[in-house]
Amino acid sequence: MNADISEIQTFDHDVVVIGAGGAGLRAAIECSAQGLNTGMICKSLLGKAHTVMAEGGVAASLGHTDQRDNWKVHFRDTMRGGKFLNQWRMAELHARHAADRVRELEKWGAVFDRTPDGYINQRPFGGHRYPRLAHTGDRTGLEIIRTLQDYGIHQGIHVHQECTALKLLKDSGKISGVFGYWRETGRFVLFRTKAVIMCTGGAGKIWRVTSNSWEYTGDGMEMAYSAGAELIDMEFAQFHPTGMIWPLSVRGILVTEGVRGEGGVLLNSENERFMFNYTPDRFKEETADSPEEAQRWLDGDASARRPPELLTRDVVAKSIMKEVEAGRGSVHGGAYLDIASRRDGEYIKRKLPSMYHQFKELAEVDITKERMEVGPTLHYMMGGIAVDGDTQMTVVPGLFACGECTGGMHGANRLGGNSLSDLLVFGWLAGKGARDYIGQLSRPLQIVPEHIEEARREAVAPLNREGGENSYLLHEELQNIMNDVNIVRTADGLKRAIESLQELKPRLANIYAAGSSQYNPGWNQALSMRSMIMVAEAVARAALIREESRGAHTRLDFEGENEEWGNINILMCQNADGSMDARKVQRDVPPDHLAEIAYANLEDLEGGLHV
Amino acid sequence: MSEYTFRIWRGDSASGEFVDYQTEVDDGMVVLDVLHRIQADQAGDMALRWNCKAGKCGSCGMEVNGKPKLACMTRMNTYLEEDVIIVQPLKTFPVIKDLVCDVSWNYDQNLKIRPFKPGPADSDGRYRMSQKDVDRVQEFRKCIECYLCQDVCHVLRDHKRTDVFVGPRFMIRAAGLDMHPLDVEDRIPDIRDEFGSGYCNITRCCTDVCPENINITDNAIIPLKERVADRYYDPIIWLSNKVSGLFQNGSRA
Repeated sequence: MNADISEIQTFDHDVVVIGAGGAGLRAAIECSAQGLNTGMICKSLLGKAHTVMAEGGVAASLGHTDQRDNWKVHFRDTMRGGKFLNQWRMAELHARHAADRVRELEKWGAVFDRTPDGYINQRPFGGHRYPRLAHTGDRTGLEIIRTLQDYGIHQGIHVHQECTALKLLKDSGKISGVFGYWRETGRFVLFRTKAVIMCTGGAGKIWRVTSNSWEYTGDGMEMAYSAGAELIDMEFAQFHPTGMIWPLSVRGILVTEGVRGEGGVLLNSENERFMFNYTPDRFKEETADSPEEAQRWLDGDASARRPPELLTRDVVAKSIMKEVEAGRGSVHGGAYLDIASRRDGEYIKRKLPSMYHQFKELAEVDITKERMEVGPTLHYMMGGIAVDGDTQMTVVPGLFACGECTGGMHGANRLGGNSLSDLLVFGWLAGKGARDYIGQLSRPLQIVPEHIEEARREAVAPLNREGGENSYLLHEELQNIMNDVNIVRTADGLKRAIESLQELKPRLANIYAAGSSQYNPGWNQALSMRSMIMVAEAVARAALIREESRGAHTRLDFEGENEEWGNINILMCQNADGSMDARKVQRDVPPDHLAEIAYANLEDLEGGLHV
Repeated sequence: MSEYTFRIWRGDSASGEFVDYQTEVDDGMVVLDVLHRIQADQAGDMALRWNCKAGKCGSCGMEVNGKPKLACMTRMNTYLEEDVIIVQPLKTFPVIKDLVCDVSWNYDQNLKIRPFKPGPADSDGRYRMSQKDVDRVQEFRKCIECYLCQDVCHVLRDHKRTDVFVGPRFMIRAAGLDMHPLDVEDRIPDIRDEFGSGYCNITRCCTDVCPENINITDNAIIPLKERVADRYYDPIIWLSNKVSGLFQNGSRA
């Protein structure tokens, strides 16, 4: 076999960060601060990653809006929101460090909205006990990515834009390189590196109705999985309760939870504020039971409990679905979200400018005067690459991961605002983890040319065929299959999906892309199909195994939470023969100090010092 | 549903031509939806940039019937069925392929801008800013970097003076830093000498095309021009600088 790789353009870095959203940028900044020669590659242009879509805010117990808040309450909220399936250590580190990471952004130029006394303002959000989300109107993600970008470009990071990673390369089990291609020219590129930090986000594009862009194809999960890493909690995919549903072409575009945080209410076709009927027992004590109490809360009465529209996302999404099933849905099959009758027009335009703009431009709806129509949209994957909480390293030496592509932090359901804080905290930790790992490497790492040759052959195959499967149509078929792995699931549907996915796989080998390799979306899409199908299979298999309903995972044939399953996470990895292995893993017993906080009374935690 | 004709520029930096595509258009579609449909059905290798499809990332800037637009925010019902819809890449930047152009020059301009430099924090280690002061800066920070303003700027588009003027996008970035309540860096000399504030002729074309409705000219460029004028051309300040300069020189001597 001819495995000459000398003509492939090659870069040398200590660490390569794959992905340039919030997690990638924060990780790269830390790597650079730790003195590492840092390369960052991204599929799109710098600054366009999905983090710009985060609207509502970043969760951190700054305590500016309610002084009773502290990291312990944040930790408790996160565990409860995740239905106690989160990795204890990750949830702890996240809650402990989020506030410092947000303050750091301010030092780097971020401009958050202010409280009357001039501090970073915080808004209420689903599942958070206190107003906790530092925000910039409803474009917080843009503020954060731009801050990281404008700070990052002066930190000596080597940014490789419009570059897609295809494969991780290893030398005797350790990460030694990344193989990929330039979108612009279609030419291949090799990065020699001692460590890789995966920051590639989720895989929302395997579903039809999603708030995710074309980039969300799960390639980071697939590359890590193929390199020997494990995936965890793959059955948990978050459907955000409020996506746009009309007109059809905008179906899935996100409507921030901030609308409800600012007082917006959900109504059915009978004009009933139906969320009062759906408060789960676990949250009854902390949730208002009448519109009057919810109104007092909105008016700032500290003794009033939070409105039920701010229950966790899994609860709200399922409630909307139940209303639709009961025949009380909106005209186009969702629910009405009303802010117009709750706040004056100027306030809405100031606090929710993007939402105002988005509905006006795309749906011809003026949200200061009319109700919005909303329904669930696939938004985020709780599941992903399994990592060590402290270092963010996977079981593959030299392979790190942070942000949405990882699993474990959010358990069965993520709280809104916890993903921006997640990527800041774990991006930071991953950079430190990579530094420590690289520091103890004892010998130079090699690239095995045959590994590259194989990846290169596979990559050019779709261009060399005379004809074959159309990648756009194959993608549509995949999305159809995933209708059985949607917000509610049954064993029959999941088995059907797994079977159909098996039938899809051989067709991948015959995928065809017309044209040349130069900036060719058809080819790019063809290359991402493999990861989408892998992630889809992982989600479907894990969902079939978990025979209970918990958080974002709802089984019609296994209603309600099952105590035994509350002690189990599902881990998946690739068998030697290429098949997918899934195993149930007993959860760690939490350290006493964390268990105490997680199950504590709020009164104890509000003092901050009792436990 | 109705049938439209799209005339799309296909080609690369060496050569290219407009190609017609007939396609069905459904209610509520935006231009980007139609381009995706053409990609799926007729032209799988047609290059275009897009990401969020919600007007938030600024990737899908292109010229539709001669006007710079975000394809994801341009509704098809703003065009008539009998019209031919002409789609081409942003004219100011070199074409890479089809609707994609090389915008790397913009990233080079951003690097020229001195980064944010905060003054000391309050004694409790925290920073205070009032919402009123923050509002002004937040207007500029809404920018999604779609470069539509750069595309229509006469200095860049018609006069090709990318060597002397950073363009409206980076003028608002400079303004966002200069007016940041915590920032203490002095960028006025750069704004005049490196960023070319004097080249803007205040035609307001950039403001007209901004999808985020940022008042680029009036709120950012003109105030920056004024700050430059105050520093370099105000006769009283000029005189007092001279005098104090003499005094300082004298005291050092």
